[in-house]
Amino acid sequence: MLDSKIPEGPLADKWTSHKNNINLVNPANKRLIDVIVVGTGLAGSSAAASLAEMGYNVKAFCFQDSPRRAHSIAAQGGINAAKNYQNDGDSVHRLFYDTIKGGDYRSREGNVHRLAEVSTSIIDQCVAQGVPFAREYGGLLDNRSFGGVQVSRTFYAKGQTGQQLLLGAYSALSRQISKGKVEMFTRHEMMDVVMVDGKCRGIIARNLVTGELERHAAHAVVLASGGYGNVFFLSTNAMGSNVSASWKAHKKGAFMANPCFTQIHPTCIPVSGEHQSKLTLMSESLRNDGRIWVPAKKEDAEAIRKGTKQAVEIAEGDRDYYLERRYPAFGNLVPRDVASRAAKERCDAGFGVNETGEAVFLDYASAIQRYGKTEGNIRGLKDPSLAEITELGKQVVKAKYGNLFDMYKQIAADDPYETPMKIYPAVHYTMGGLWVDYNLMTSVPGLYAAGEANFSDHGANRLGASALMQGLADGYFVLPYTIGDYLSQDIRTGEISSDSPEFAVAEKEVKERISHLINNNGTKPVDDFHRRLGRIMWNECGMSRSADGLKKAIEDIRALRDEFWADVRVPGTDDGFNPELDKAGRVADFLELGELMCKDALERDESCGGHFREEFQTPEGEALRDDDQFAFVSNWEFTGDPKESKLHKEELKFENIELKQRSYK
Amino acid sequence: MSNNGLLKSSLAKKYLMALTGLFLCTFLLGHLAGNLQLFISGGEGQQAFNEYAEFMTTFPLVKILSYLTYASVLFHIVDGIVLTMRNRKSRPVGYVKEKGSANASWSSRNMGILGTIIAVFLVSHMQTFWYKMHFGAMPMHEGLKDLHTVVLAFFSPENSLGLIAVVGYVLAQLALSFHLVHGFQSGFQSLGLRHPKYTPVIEKTGYLFGIGVPLLFASIPVFLYITQL
Amino acid sequence: MDLTLNVWRQNGPEDKGRMETHPVSGVSPDMSFLEMIDMLNDQIIRDGGDPVAFDHDCREGICGMCSMFINGEAHGPGRGVTTCQLHMRSFKDGDSITIEPWRASAFPVVKDLAVDRSAFDRIIQSGGYVSVNTSGETLDANAIPVPKPQADEAFSAATCIGCGACVASCKNASAMLFVSAKVSQFALLPQGQPERASRVKRMVEQMDEEGFGNCTNTGACAVECPKGIDLSNIARMNRDFLKASAEGE
Repeated sequence: MLDSKIPEGPLADKWTSHKNNINLVNPANKRLIDVIVVGTGLAGSSAAASLAEMGYNVKAFCFQDSPRRAHSIAAQGGINAAKNYQNDGDSVHRLFYDTIKGGDYRSREGNVHRLAEVSTSIIDQCVAQGVPFAREYGGLLDNRSFGGVQVSRTFYAKGQTGQQLLLGAYSALSRQISKGKVEMFTRHEMMDVVMVDGKCRGIIARNLVTGELERHAAHAVVLASGGYGNVFFLSTNAMGSNVSASWKAHKKGAFMANPCFTQIHPTCIPVSGEHQSKLTLMSESLRNDGRIWVPAKKEDAEAIRKGTKQAVEIAEGDRDYYLERRYPAFGNLVPRDVASRAAKERCDAGFGVNETGEAVFLDYASAIQRYGKTEGNIRGLKDPSLAEITELGKQVVKAKYGNLFDMYKQIAADDPYETPMKIYPAVHYTMGGLWVDYNLMTSVPGLYAAGEANFSDHGANRLGASALMQGLADGYFVLPYTIGDYLSQDIRTGEISSDSPEFAVAEKEVKERISHLINNNGTKPVDDFHRRLGRIMWNECGMSRSADGLKKAIEDIRALRDEFWADVRVPGTDDGFNPELDKAGRVADFLELGELMCKDALERDESCGGHFREEFQTPEGEALRDDDQFAFVSNWEFTGDPKESKLHKEELKFENIELKQRSYK
Repeated sequence: MSNNGLLKSSLAKKYLMALTGLFLCTFLLGHLAGNLQLFISGGEGQQAFNEYAEFMTTFPLVKILSYLTYASVLFHIVDGIVLTMRNRKSRPVGYVKEKGSANASWSSRNMGILGTIIAVFLVSHMQTFWYKMHFGAMPMHEGLKDLHTVVLAFFSPENSLGLIAVVGYVLAQLALSFHLVHGFQSGFQSLGLRHPKYTPVIEKTGYLFGIGVPLLFASIPVFLYITQL
Repeated sequence: MDLTLNVWRQNGPEDKGRMETHPVSGVSPDMSFLEMIDMLNDQIIRDGGDPVAFDHDCREGICGMCSMFINGEAHGPGRGVTTCQLHMRSFKDGDSITIEPWRASAFPVVKDLAVDRSAFDRIIQSGGYVSVNTSGETLDANAIPVPKPQADEAFSAATCIGCGACVASCKNASAMLFVSAKVSQFALLPQGQPERASRVKRMVEQMDEEGFGNCTNTGACAVECPKGIDLSNIARMNRDFLKASAEGE
C-alpha cells in the first residue's frame, strides 16, 4: 500500500536520474497552478520562495506576526555540508554514512543520500544570498565539528546559525512577496486540510487577529509546520510550536511515521522550578571544547546539591568525566541520544549536581587553559603567567561562544567563565512526523510535508547541525522539483473553487470545535492540562521507556483528554485576538498525539536512537536494536481514535550500508 | 527615485539639518573671534572692535557669508520644526512611563527646546545690536559706527536692565552649549561621517567646542558688566 | 516576592485603552518576566477575567516576538536582553512595574501589549535581499573570500532580531537602526554590491512611507537594542543614501 517511490539504480545516481525522469510543468502552466505552504521556517520559507520563483502562485501562512520568527531562527550550532573544505576526508558518502549510522539505521538510504548530495548547494546558495557565515582570516569559510562524526563539516554563524539561515530564506521569500508571487498570511493558523475527490485541495485557516475563518484553495498543499516536541510541555521549542497542522492532516488520512522518535538534547539549562515555561538549549557546539562531568564520589555530589561544596573545589581525581570514560573514541562528542542517556544514568545513580539532582557539569576550565596557551604562543609571549593564560583563554572562548555564555549567565545567574555550567537533557526535536515518499508527498495525494514536519531523513536520532540542512534541502532543492511530478497532471484542472461542499463541511467542523472550546466554561486554564500532559510524556515516553509505563501513560492521557474537554476554561471570544483559544486548539491535538506516541513506543520492542526501551539494552546499558524484527518505519493510520490507529510497516532496505551495532567506544 | 524624492526623504532633511548646523558652528567661531576684541580695554579696543564691525557689515565676501548664515539659521529652524512635527506624528499616543534618561543624554532629547531658547535669544540679540547697526541711529567714533559704546552701554550697571541682560545672555549660552554638545557630533553622524578611528576625535572636539565657545561668549557680558561696576 | 503591575489594556486598534492594576504574589526571582505574566494570566483566567494579550514565542531571545515597554524602557531595565530573558531577580519585593506596548503610529496595537510590526516586513520586501534565484547553481561558496573583519561586521549587523525595541525607545519612533542594520549587512558583503544603491534608496523610501519618525541621533535605540546593533550602521546608511542619491539612477 505504501510506495516510497525510491528510484531504481545505484545509490549515487538515484536523485539525478529521478530529476531527469519526473514530469515537469511548463512555465506558462505554472502560472495557472496554486500552491499553499503552511509554516515559514527554513523549509517553508525556502519552499515558498523557490516555488514562486519557478512560477507557481504561492500562498504562505504562519501563525507568528512575521515569517522571520519561525522557530528555525533559534537553531544555534550550525549546518552540515559535505564540502570537505577542511581536507579531512569528508565526502557526500561519508555524510550519508554518518547520518544513517547516527540515526541508528532507521532511515531510508535513498533520501539520506540525496540530502548529503544537495548539502553542498545549500552553502553555495546561502553565501550567494548574503548569509554571513563565520570565516577564517584568509577570508574563506570556517567549519567546526559536531557530535557523532569525526570530520569538521559544520558551517556556522557564531551561535546564531539558524537565525542567519532563516533570514536568508526570509529575504528570498520577501523578494517573491514584493513581486506578488507569494501572498503572505501572517498571524494565520491552519485549522484543517480540505479533501476534494481524494486529493488535498486547500485549507481552512483562521485569522488570529479577527478570528475569522478563511477558505484557501490550491492544487497542492505543503506542510512545513515543524515538529511536535511541545507535546512534552517543556522543550526547547518555541511556545507556539505545535502539531496541529500535521495532526489535522493525519486525521484526514496522512500517516504519522515513527511518532515516538524524539530527540532529547543533552545540553540544556536545567529546570529551575514549577513556573518553568520552556527550556533553553545550549548549543551542542559547546561539547567541542567543554568537558562533561559529575563528582565521582556520592558525598561530593550531595555536598554540591546542598550548596556546601562548589564545583571548583572538587579535585581533578574526584571527577568522573563519564563520557570520556565510557566512550573513549568519541568522548564528549558522542551523538545526542547517547550523551543524554549517559547524563540521566549518572543522575539516576545519585550524582546529579543541582537541587533537583537533575544536572551535570559542562566545564570550560581546561579549554580556557588550552586556548590560553595557544594564544600566548601566537602572540609570542614568553613564559606567560597562569593568570595571563587564563585571561587569554577566556578571550578566545568568548569570541567562539560569547553569546551562549551570556545567555547562560542571564538565565542561570552564574558565570560560566568562572564555574562550570549546569546542564541537563531536554526535548529538542522530533525525528518522527508525517510519512512522505521520495517526492516528499504524504500518503494523501497533493499533500506534502517538508522539514521537521516529515519523518524522512533522521531515523531514530538526528545528528547535530542536520536539521537546518534538511529543512533547506527540502525547501530549496527537493520539493520544488518533485512537486512538479504531481502538479503536471493538474494543468488542465483550472482554478480550484473554495465554494465546494467539501470546504463548507470542513469550515463548519472547525467552527463547531472552536465554539465548543469557547463555550465550555470549565475551571482550569489550558496550560494546566498541557503541563500535566508534559509530565506524563516526560516520565513515561521520554529518555527511557518501559512497556508498563507506556501502558499506564496511555490510560492517563486518555483520562486527561476527557478531563480537558469537560473542564478546560478558554476565556474571551472567538471573534478577536485570543491567544488562549489558539493554545487550547493546539493542546487538544497534543492530547491525541501523546497517546499515539506512547502506542508507537510500546509497539517497538527494541531500543534504537532516541527510543530507549528499558527492557532492551546491552549489559553495558547501551541501546539494543533488533534489526530482524524492527528495521521498518512505523506508519500509523488514523481510524477515529488514537487507540485504534492502524500500523502499516515500510520495510527499510539497506543495500549500501551494513547494519552494525552502533559503537562510539 | 527622482531628485524630488530625495528632497522629500527624511534623510535629506537630516542632511540639511547637519549641514546648516555645522556651517553655523563655523559662523560661531568667526563671531567669537570678533567679540573677543571686547576684552581689549581702552581706545585701542574700541577702535579694533568698531573696525571689525565695519568690516563685517561692508566687506563683499563677508556679506555673501552673512546671507548664507541668515539662510542657514532660517533653514535650520524651519527644518527643525518640520522634523519635530513629523516625529510627534510618529508617536500619537505617548508612554505613561518613559525613562529617557536611561538610554540617551538630556541634551540629545531636548534639542527642540534648546533650539527654541536659542532662537528667542537670537531675535532679542539681533534686535539689540544687529538691527541697530544696520538700520538704527548709531553714535560715531573716528568715522566708524561706534558699536563698541553701544555694547558697553547695554551691559552696564548704569543700564536698568543691564544685569538682566547679562543673566539672560549667560543662560542663552548655556542653552547653546547643550545644543552644541549633542549637535556637533550629531551633524557628522547624520552625514555618515563615522569611523572607528576619527569618531572619538570628533566627539571630543564637539565637547570642547560645545563647552568652550559658549563659555567664551558668556564671559564677555560678565566681563563688561563687572569692569564697569 | 509581591509586586504591583500596571498593565496597558486595549481591546483593539480602535479602543482608547487604559492602565489596569494587578497585584501578583509569590513571584520567584528565577522566573523570567514572561513567566511572571503567565502566572498573572493564570490567575486572571481562574478568576473568570480576560488575560493580558502579549506577543512571545521562542523565549530564548532570538525570535524577536516579545515586546514590552517595562518601567519606561524597551525590554525593561536589562541590557542586551529581550523581555523573555529578563528575569525577576532584576526586581525587588514590593516593586511597582509599569508595562506598556511599543508605541508608534507605524506599530498599531493589536490587543493589550501586542502590536502589529508588519511595517518591518514591508521594509524588507522593498529591497532587503540579494536578488539571486534559489537554484543552488551559484558560485562555489569559497569562490569569493571575504576578509574576516568585514564578515564579522556584516554578521553583527545581521544579528538584528526585528523586535522593534529601537522604534519603541526612540523619542521620535524612528526605525533607522533596524533599516540600517539590514542595509549594512549587504553593504559590507561582496554579494550585496550590485544592488547597494537601489537597495538603500528603496528601503529608506519605504521606511518613510510607513510613518516612522526621523533619527535625531540620541542613541537610545542602540542602548536598548537587545542585540547591541551599533550606531555606525546608521551612519553607514546615511552615507550610502547620500551617495546613492547624488549618483542618481
